[in-house]
Amino acid sequence: MKHTTPDHKNGLLLSYKFRSRPDQLKCVRAKVTEAVTSCGCIDNIIQDFVIAVDEACQNIIRHAYQGQPDGEIILEICKENDDIVVLLRDFAHRVDPNLIKPRDLDDVKPGGLGTYFIREVMDEVTFMPPPQNVGNLLKMRKRIT
Amino acid sequence: MEYEVRDEDNASIVTLRGDIDLESSPQSRKILLECIDKGQAVLVDMSGVTYIDSSGIASLVEALQKSRQNKCYFGLVTVSEGALRVINLARLDKVFAIHDTLEGGLKEAASS
Repeated sequence: MKHTTPDHKNGLLLSYKFRSRPDQLKCVRAKVTEAVTSCGCIDNIIQDFVIAVDEACQNIIRHAYQGQPDGEIILEICKENDDIVVLLRDFAHRVDPNLIKPRDLDDVKPGGLGTYFIREVMDEVTFMPPPQNVGNLLKMRKRIT
Repeated sequence: MEYEVRDEDNASIVTLRGDIDLESSPQSRKILLECIDKGQAVLVDMSGVTYIDSSGIASLVEALQKSRQNKCYFGLVTVSEGALRVINLARLDKVFAIHDTLEGGLKEAASS
């Protein structure tokens, strides 16, 4: 799996390419922790980014790639002024963002919490038009100061 | 994830350690449901849980629901700070019985 050296001059903290397998997520969480920690964030902010990226990757693995283990996922983390921006790209079938909604938490049942977690811990969550109109591109932003 | 199951005072005590995530949550789900099938109280020691995601939380919720169906006690004990934050985020802190100590959990299980 490719790991590009972070370029702090352009604000890029991490560029990491990996396969759509659950066993990749521990390493992804470690890389997110390292990248966000390098900006001097406090523990709760670091944990927020770990939760958001982990849950978004889960959604890609389970729903976009539908468990197919050899799909490609590209994670980029950048610092933009007082914000950290996360970009997650996949090459699966297009997902309709209107169908991705957090569920009602008063209805206690297993599953369906991931999207709620992401929206709760991030300031902005947006599905962007993917390059060449292929796959999906999720952008998440959070102020860190 | 690592786990250990032992019986004490008519309760199954399940100790979970490490990360409970998309990779390991099927195993945590299986362990918890098997313990509930024994028909006695189940207490989950989460002091060594370093990370839990929505799939791990789902395994706990499913175990809670099955314990209610089977009319047996289900509680979480000594929950790590990181895991508790995720439980709070899911607004499940009032849904689960959460105990600061194993002794407190065993006492509550015995009186339920």
